[in-house]
Amino acid sequence: MTATAISNGRRPRGPIPNALTSGQLPRRVELYTLIGALAVSAAVLGMLGFSIVGWLVLSAALYLVGIGVLSTVVENRRKATDRVVRGFVTIAFLLALIPLISTLVTVAGHGWASMTWQFLTQSSGTVFDATTLKVTVVEGALQAVVGTLIITGIAAVISIPIGILAAIYLVEYAQPRQWMARTVTFLVDVMTGIPSIVAGLFAFSLFTLIVGPKAFSGFSASVALAVLMIPIVVRSTEEMLKLVSLDLREASYALGVSKFATITKIVLPTAIAGIVTGVMLAVSRVIGETAPIFMAASFTNNFNSNPFNGPMQTLPVMAYTGYKFPTTDIAASYQSAWGAALLLVLLVVIFNLAARLIARFFAPKGMR
Amino acid sequence: MVILAGVALFLIIQAVPAMSASWTTGDLASGPTQGHANFWTYVGPLVWGTMWASAIALVLGAPVAIGIALFISHYAPRKLASILGYLVDLLAAVPSVVFGLWGIFVIRPFLVPFQDWLNQFLGWIPLFAGPVSRTGSTILAGAIVLAVMILPIITSISREIFLQTPRLHEEAALALGSTKWEMVKLAVFPYARSGIVSATLLGLGRALGETMAIAMIISPSLIFSVKLITDSANSQTIAANIALNFPESNTLQREALIGTGLMLFVISFGVNLIARLILSRTGRTSSTKKIKRTLARRSAA
Repeated sequence: MTATAISNGRRPRGPIPNALTSGQLPRRVELYTLIGALAVSAAVLGMLGFSIVGWLVLSAALYLVGIGVLSTVVENRRKATDRVVRGFVTIAFLLALIPLISTLVTVAGHGWASMTWQFLTQSSGTVFDATTLKVTVVEGALQAVVGTLIITGIAAVISIPIGILAAIYLVEYAQPRQWMARTVTFLVDVMTGIPSIVAGLFAFSLFTLIVGPKAFSGFSASVALAVLMIPIVVRSTEEMLKLVSLDLREASYALGVSKFATITKIVLPTAIAGIVTGVMLAVSRVIGETAPIFMAASFTNNFNSNPFNGPMQTLPVMAYTGYKFPTTDIAASYQSAWGAALLLVLLVVIFNLAARLIARFFAPKGMR
Repeated sequence: MVILAGVALFLIIQAVPAMSASWTTGDLASGPTQGHANFWTYVGPLVWGTMWASAIALVLGAPVAIGIALFISHYAPRKLASILGYLVDLLAAVPSVVFGLWGIFVIRPFLVPFQDWLNQFLGWIPLFAGPVSRTGSTILAGAIVLAVMILPIITSISREIFLQTPRLHEEAALALGSTKWEMVKLAVFPYARSGIVSATLLGLGRALGETMAIAMIISPSLIFSVKLITDSANSQTIAANIALNFPESNTLQREALIGTGLMLFVISFGVNLIARLILSRTGRTSSTKKIKRTLARRSAA
């Protein structure tokens, strides 16, 4: 009945403009514009000479202009700005992915070739064959893998207790408004920004004063790494301890438990997953440091598993020296540099993944 | 904290002999420190080079990083956001020496035609003056790699701060009919301004101390230069200079290098100090917020 009533009234000519959607571009217009931009720039570059990079750059520019003009015409200037900015922001993000992907692909591509069992289980050096009088260069990474693990391990052993104890002091014992606690927190924050090479110089000069000149040793590299690692451990442990709810602590105090027992039995077990994650991330941060190890432990091709005596090789330094100071066989040196880089990336990824997994599986209930 | 003081103290102890020694005779007159009247003429160009390379990296990297942070916090679909954030953090985990290798073998050749183009059309600007490098070992290549390396730190801090924008401010802006960008301009940026500034400064601090990428990519010389795309007129940075000359120096020359390291320490300490001061004064970082919350709870209990 109502229908007839309306049809009896003035009938509009043509389709009724929908007040909610008029003056708007259709929903998928951004996708269409993007496809259009890609096609047009492909066509333009097809005439001028094609290159992937040029294509992408031109498409991005065309897309921004296209969406801006379209939106200005159909919608209004404000909406046009909004769409252009959205485009810019998305492009910024894609731009960041390019180096990440490109780096990983390059390292994997170059390094894969040297990933042989031999490379992993041999130290590099030269082999002199007495019968043919020929010197062959053997590329191996064993000494570097062992060196990396030893140096990072010692650095972790030094910095984890110091870092965790400092964090416990900051969270449990210090009053938040006390000047000392605030100064320490602040200095820890500033310390996270120390250039790594300065830490290396510090370790080198410290050991020059103690041991004498030419004091290259794995241990002094560990000290340098520990200087870099402590602030990271303190920060992350502090955050984790702060997450432990006050109710737990107060429940423990109410039972008459001493402060020390509360910390060791209640607070630390609750936060342990987060602390371990923080430590793992700190390890993966310092394992890739090149400059401090280069300063303090120098580099060598010999197998050396004694951290207190003589230069020690590590993976990042191997990647650096393989490129910068190649042996007579330049291609092989580069190859081993890439191999070391790939091993290093793998180590870092393993540590990162382990940290994430620990965080996920051992997270205390009700906290995430 | 003892360590921080210790670092400064040891660097000063080690650097003093080189600063006070004669630079025209003896050990310092040869090798990497050759031809400088005193410590300050040696360290001057290095300080300039460090500042210059970091500044370019910052100009290239900071806008992109803030864009990424905005994308992850406000534009990307919710479910994707955490994964995307993790991807950017992964960028931070890649060791600097790997970025160095990548810069040499990917960025350098990639930039060569681009640099030709810049020189041809914009050569009248002193920045792009020739002669153009044929190998691509330019400060531009180094700065691009640096920019990539400082992306994650700027992104993660500004993302944190964008996410802390009060929900009500955002919704109020949207309710007034503003578009998303206007909302960001009205609600998010004013709230996050100091955070962005300090994130950028922290990125600058990271760039100042970055060693390997620069040491591997740039072919340096100890001069004051603003040219971006030449082989012979790139300003050297402190950190890279130490890394390159350290193995082949004798004791006094090493002490001179340690002196330059001290300068680097002072500069980056200053930058970090300012950044942290801004961050803590505005009191909007997650940690200070948490402290305040705990305090409130403690006083309520």
